[in-house]
Amino acid sequence: MLKKRLIPIILIKNGLLVQSKNFQFHQQLGHPIETVRRLSEWCSDEIIYLDITRDNNYYTGREDHKYKNFDSFLSIIKELAKITFMPITLGGKIKNLYDVEQRFKYGADKVCLNSAPYKDLKIIYQIAKEFGSQALVISVDVRLIGNEYVIFHENGNLKSKYKLKEWLKIIRDNGAGEVLIKSMDRDGQKRGQDLNLIKIVDKECKIPVITAGGTGKWEDFCEVFNETNVSAVAASNIFHHSDQSMYDAKKYLYKKKFSVRKPELISIIKK
Amino acid sequence: MTIAILNFGSGNLNSVYNMIDYLGFDCKITNDESIINTSTHIILPGVGSYEGLMSKIKKNDIDLLHEQIHVKKKPFLGICIGMQILSTTGNEFGKHKGLNWVGGNVSKIESDKLPHIGWNNIIIKRNSIPTKNLDDESSFYFANSHHFRPKNSNHVVAETFYELSFCSIIEKENIFGVQFHPEISQKAGELLLNNFLNIKC
Repeated sequence: MLKKRLIPIILIKNGLLVQSKNFQFHQQLGHPIETVRRLSEWCSDEIIYLDITRDNNYYTGREDHKYKNFDSFLSIIKELAKITFMPITLGGKIKNLYDVEQRFKYGADKVCLNSAPYKDLKIIYQIAKEFGSQALVISVDVRLIGNEYVIFHENGNLKSKYKLKEWLKIIRDNGAGEVLIKSMDRDGQKRGQDLNLIKIVDKECKIPVITAGGTGKWEDFCEVFNETNVSAVAASNIFHHSDQSMYDAKKYLYKKKFSVRKPELISIIKK
Repeated sequence: MTIAILNFGSGNLNSVYNMIDYLGFDCKITNDESIINTSTHIILPGVGSYEGLMSKIKKNDIDLLHEQIHVKKKPFLGICIGMQILSTTGNEFGKHKGLNWVGGNVSKIESDKLPHIGWNNIIIKRNSIPTKNLDDESSFYFANSHHFRPKNSNHVVAETFYELSFCSIIEKENIFGVQFHPEISQKAGELLLNNFLNIKC
């Protein structure tokens, strides 16, 4: 039986792991390598890395980070791929097929796109044809305005001309393999995921759906799996706050008879 | 004593390399005839589509592989699409001929939700080398919309359920194939690859 997945999202900004609130405030948590090693040892189902470094950088964070530029983001990934034997999805700053190819070369199993298809739809079909649909996740950032769910691109800064349902259909028809739905309103709010939004997306999508935004406790995952048919739940902040977080989350769901992979702990020692 | 990871695509071959390297075996991502000739085991990772992969394997590659697999009887493992193209025909973006090393065809899974992506368990149908120390709770990472239907049910080692039971591990003499990705399936994947890599040629 196909298992429900729990996916940590690793937000990387200027080479450092950060946590996010409302798509605007990013607090530094340190170097990603140790975090990822731990998530790996706690048998995470997969990992999504999003590089959210922005061009017009305004933050005045500490300057002791080793990895500053774009190439180095990929070189971190290359190192991480040697210690994480699980699917790796890379997102952020992907503009064309060359960027996609680079990411596969550095160890990605899937790529995640948000803004590029909005500018040029062809890229979805091109990636699907060359690398297969299963290697392509389209992330859709959504904010509730009035009583309408509105899509945003460019790190949440640009309002889309497409309606939510319309966009979901377009990306599927062009060959996307999975959809990552992020609720911007719930980002970092810890009050549970936006079930209304997830229900709409779940009903509309004929490809696997991953949902993110708002998880404050493990029960929030149960709610999503109980009330919708989505394939996976993703979260960022909550997985950074406790030791063995991923193991605990799985254990919690496994005990409640959710169809998740059996919780396990392993040690990763390079021979 | 090298394990040859065949390089016929533009996808992620490094994850196979990383896992085998981690397990302590010497391996190379290669197309080089002399390396393939002296290799002990051959792995064909699956990237792209059925037709895409078949179109990259040229006549002389097939001759070389034929000699390695069918004459020298080296252990061979096809992963995902690398397993699917062992079939007689495939039906992805039209009908295409496969390598026909294991009789059968590949067709689309009938489901409202595809691709079949994520961790799923295997249901072991018979004893075999690659499934040693694995059981029906062993889960692997899958990413497929199509499934292999071998003509001879004896070639089916394990099945997996998604809308229907489909073949997830095949074995025919020294030829093995897995529909999932052991290289990114953590402990279960390590066990399976270790079993395969410890087969003596």
